[in-house]
Amino acid sequence: MSDYNFAYLDEQTKRMIRRAILKALAVPGYQVPFASREMPMPYGWGTGGVQVSAACLVPEDRLKVIDQGADDTTNAVSIRRFFERTAGVATTGRTRDATLIQTRHRIPEEPLTRDQILVYQVPIPEPLRFLEPRETETRKMHSLEEYGLVHVKLYEDIARHGQIATSYAYPVKVEGRYVMDPSPIPKFDNPKLESAAVQLFGAGREQRIYALPPHCKVVSLDFEDHPFVPSKADHACDLCGSDTSYLDEVIVDDAGGRMFVCSDTDYCEGRREAGHLGRLAASGPSAPGQEDAA
Amino acid sequence: MTGGFADPSIQSAWGFRAAMMAMARPGDILKVSGAQAPAGVSVAASVLLLVLCDPETPVWLAPSHHSVALGRWIAFHTGAPVVDRRGDAVFALGAWDSLLPLTDFRIGTAEYPDRSATLIVEMETLRGQGAVLTGPGISEAAGLNLPEVAAFRANRALFPLGCDFFFTSRDRLAALPRSTVVTAPAEVI
Ligand SMILES: [Zn+2]
Repeated sequence: MSDYNFAYLDEQTKRMIRRAILKALAVPGYQVPFASREMPMPYGWGTGGVQVSAACLVPEDRLKVIDQGADDTTNAVSIRRFFERTAGVATTGRTRDATLIQTRHRIPEEPLTRDQILVYQVPIPEPLRFLEPRETETRKMHSLEEYGLVHVKLYEDIARHGQIATSYAYPVKVEGRYVMDPSPIPKFDNPKLESAAVQLFGAGREQRIYALPPHCKVVSLDFEDHPFVPSKADHACDLCGSDTSYLDEVIVDDAGGRMFVCSDTDYCEGRREAGHLGRLAASGPSAPGQEDAA
Repeated sequence: MTGGFADPSIQSAWGFRAAMMAMARPGDILKVSGAQAPAGVSVAASVLLLVLCDPETPVWLAPSHHSVALGRWIAFHTGAPVVDRRGDAVFALGAWDSLLPLTDFRIGTAEYPDRSATLIVEMETLRGQGAVLTGPGISEAAGLNLPEVAAFRANRALFPLGCDFFFTSRDRLAALPRSTVVTAPAEVI
């Protein structure tokens, strides 16, 4: 054994994670337990996603890391640097140039292709956790397809708010079998879970890996009289004019002035480079959406 | 002992990437390299053994592939124990007829369907024609020259339980997870 371990993790750990990934692909939406390792970053910084990426990367990869759609938050930058240093991979901000994308809480606007891998950082993998805290019970519920409680919770939303209020981590059913938490992506992103790319989900603290193979059938749970709506802010991007992308609302001055900008910064920049301009394009900041990470 | 990876960390990464893409896209045939077990084992099966096996994964060798030389090679390069019973195996290697009956392999449990065997099936050749595959990972339909149809349909009927399969020939591999629906060619028309 050499001292040098490609992508930080030792070979035995990568093998264990790799076996879990294969089983996750074989049973889409099912959460495979794995023995999560200490990583040189705190939980909450995507240690599950980092371990899955480390097990999948090859030296030829071009890695993109996004945090809520942006490439330059502290979290995204530190993960990108980690893999530049430990795996020697090239990195990119361009969605279409990336071969492996690690993401926290967004799916890129641009449709992914068959040769791309999307790795999600997952804080809480169990969609039934808020309804049933005991792991032994949720496991049993999955095995028996006892998903009535999830529907009850969504229906309580409707009774209370007149609509389904859940707007992040909106539960889906995979291939008609397992109910899955798509991680805290906005429900606007749920339709993009049906993708040509390989999608892998890693939860470090909770020690779970799950997966969606390409073209997997993914249905957001809903009711006949209250169909699923992948909603977003009813605006166009103030920088690039897109009226189909997911928007962040950004405070721009002390007087409470605000603007709507694409959460996917690469998508927004690409549109502006192609000449699309939004309402505030001339006066807006050049790099939108970036609150300084605390 | 020869036939292992010269650069295990990098070559395992390449080998796994191919294995993962094969499992994610049933029927796709991918090329691998860098390992050569003795006793007539294909390069592709050798790569899979090195990438996936270790002391935690008992291996069962079908009569077609049961040899002292191969047992030693696996022990030396992976540390995996070679076991006598199909039911103890996490991985199994052999020619199709020699692996049967499938019913003796682990299929996982209702609460842990991942605790099932993965079979590495050595083939004469791999072609993207033959049985028709549909299901997760496949855009419309894929083809693969599976050794038969009935056993894979019976395995699919167990979903979410069941075995998962790699098929190997020379330096090529393909995969068939339990989720794939397999149809004989004539039934499709
Ligand atoms: Zn924009």
